[in-house]
Amino acid sequence: MNFTFNDDQLLFRDSVRDLLSNEVTAERIRQRWDSDSGVDSAALQSLVDLGLTAALVPEEQGGLGLNTVDFILIAEECGRAALPEPIVDSCLVATPMLVDADRALEGSDSRLGELLQAIASGDQTVLCGPSINPYINFAHSADYLLLPHGNEVHLVAIDAVQLELQTSVDLSRRLSKVSWQPRSETCIARGEMGADLWRSTLNRGALANAAQLLGLSEAMVARSVQFATDREQFGRPIGVNQAVKHLLADCAVKAEFAKPAIYRAAYTVAVAPTRADWSVSHAKASAGDAARAASRNCTQVHGAMGYTWECDLHIWMKRAWTLDREWGDAGFHKNRIHEWLLQPNALLGPQYTFGRRHLGDAVNPTIAV
Amino acid sequence: MDLIYTAAQTQFRAEVRDWLKAHIPAAPLPSFDTDVGFAAHREWEKTLAQGDFGMVTWPKEFGGRGCDLIDWLIFEEEYYRAGAPLRVNQNGIFLLGPTLMEYGTPAQKKRFISAMASGSEMWAQGWSEPGAGSDMAAIRCRADRDGDEFVINGQKIWSTRAVFADWVFCLLRTDPESSRHHGLSFILVPLDAPGVTVRPIPQLNGLPGFAEIFFDDVRVSDFNLIGEEGGGWAIAMATAGFERGLMLRSPARFQQASKRLVELYRQRQNDILDLSIEDSVVRCYMDAEAYALSTYQTASRLINNGAIGPESSCNKIFWSELDLSIHETAMSLLGAKAEIEPSSPDADQQLSNWLDGFLFAQSGPIYAGTNEIQRNIIAERMLGMPRR
Repeated sequence: MNFTFNDDQLLFRDSVRDLLSNEVTAERIRQRWDSDSGVDSAALQSLVDLGLTAALVPEEQGGLGLNTVDFILIAEECGRAALPEPIVDSCLVATPMLVDADRALEGSDSRLGELLQAIASGDQTVLCGPSINPYINFAHSADYLLLPHGNEVHLVAIDAVQLELQTSVDLSRRLSKVSWQPRSETCIARGEMGADLWRSTLNRGALANAAQLLGLSEAMVARSVQFATDREQFGRPIGVNQAVKHLLADCAVKAEFAKPAIYRAAYTVAVAPTRADWSVSHAKASAGDAARAASRNCTQVHGAMGYTWECDLHIWMKRAWTLDREWGDAGFHKNRIHEWLLQPNALLGPQYTFGRRHLGDAVNPTIAV
Repeated sequence: MDLIYTAAQTQFRAEVRDWLKAHIPAAPLPSFDTDVGFAAHREWEKTLAQGDFGMVTWPKEFGGRGCDLIDWLIFEEEYYRAGAPLRVNQNGIFLLGPTLMEYGTPAQKKRFISAMASGSEMWAQGWSEPGAGSDMAAIRCRADRDGDEFVINGQKIWSTRAVFADWVFCLLRTDPESSRHHGLSFILVPLDAPGVTVRPIPQLNGLPGFAEIFFDDVRVSDFNLIGEEGGGWAIAMATAGFERGLMLRSPARFQQASKRLVELYRQRQNDILDLSIEDSVVRCYMDAEAYALSTYQTASRLINNGAIGPESSCNKIFWSELDLSIHETAMSLLGAKAEIEPSSPDADQQLSNWLDGFLFAQSGPIYAGTNEIQRNIIAERMLGMPRR
């Protein structure tokens, strides 16, 4: 039992954080708003160079062979930077779906292995569009999409779909409604296997957003602490007032207790993604709660400035609003927990924080992640 | 990261579970804020000590097992799961004990920790005064040095368990010229010393869980001074750190309560009219899990030589508000019967437990530093907001 990250994981996190704080500034995010693609190629290339796209691709396909726990702090940092490019969606969600499919098919479909190699090197991008999300963010920038048709999983080239661009309240996002026709040659999984893939993918997507929401919350609070320290009224910083302090302290408490839920979910997804519903929903619901509170309280701390276009806070706030509802909103995830709590055989109580394996009533080898 | 218990940890859990099963009193003990209940709880502490389960994290020489914090969490999980009696000596074992481990001399440890661990001496806390609540540095109660003794005069208030306890650990002003957090000393005082008067204060449940303590020329040996004379503030802050940080409220307590809440919810599900209850139940269960996970995280970090860090000031707010939510939700589920006292003909054990817990939960956001003070600490020390 060791609920900490190792030095390698923390080091990877630190280098991504450093890179993002230099390369993804508010000014450069605003520049993306005026561009057609919404992508900053230079920033994207530095992230590829750092190994993000290769991270979750197996070593035999040219990747780093890392797992969800290794990447969860990276997703948090992408949230903290309000990174517009869909790195987390492609690396932490679509790529592992392809990896799972390739494993289930035991490498029999050579397209998947080749695609994974191209993903690892940063040459190609895949995104997925589960039925729970009405739109795909940055679909136009992807080479392939993973799309559902019932339980079937289809791998569809971007030129075989029609994209209808939608404008999000968050101008960093580039949403598309996707129209396409399922064909037998695009289908890579069906039946039980397809259902498992979508189930895992929903968990990965919700987890990915939870981690980003945590980073967004902490970034908003940090900006507001700075604002409350600099801004003076009645001859002293507004941050000396308890009413202001407590608004931000409340956000800190929520974020602090969303954290371990996200990390446990990352571990559970790494070990058994189809059986991570409850831990992922806990992570997503609490991270969403933290992000909603941060959006609201941080706007309040900024006063009238917080309601302006000029103030950068809305870059983070609008992202928080959108990620909170994508991959299942609070209602969806709380309902999953509710259903589970009502099951007569649900494992409830203090001895079951990490499931039942430790009680010796299930055969499962120790899995260190 | 490895979220599987080791074979040794699983073995320890089984040992705790078996021992508790064999030793827990058949009927629930009466409240420890009564004469009879306090005596029964004192006996239970002795039973725990005989099984070497008094305080598993303490070194063997002080009656412990030298366990790490993960083992402590496992012990607590089994303890609450089994419905074992509340720890009547929590001021001693959770607060003073760790303080003595860090600041006591070998002779003081030998004298006080052993008696605490064996269940023979029960402790109360003597910090607050009528004029020193949240502003603890305003303490006025004096201890004047006279040779190798201190002479204590003044008053303490809100001393939990002091009505029945044997000893009280106090923060007293040893330098009469000093002010604020200077000139304070951490001194242990026997409650049966001549000149000590303990006046009970009934709490919300009508029982004397609190007391006022009056000191009138009370003489104690300077052997009872912990740390440096005048250095009491830093020691008290360390004690408060244990209180807010990790040990005072173990997560299992809330996980067990939220499990009972889910069971009550399943029973009453068809009678619920209040639309907010479903959300509250889900929220309570999630938050109890989150508190447990956070504690495992902190325990793992400490085992790997990390530090507790300022984010631990979030704990106290989180568990105290969680405890209120759990009990408020249970009271809503119980509806108009929730008000029935245990002595009523219509009362059953379930009703009484929730009412007791509901009353006690009211104190959570107040004791161990009010949640308003905690929010200031979070804002200033964790987030770095300006003090003035």
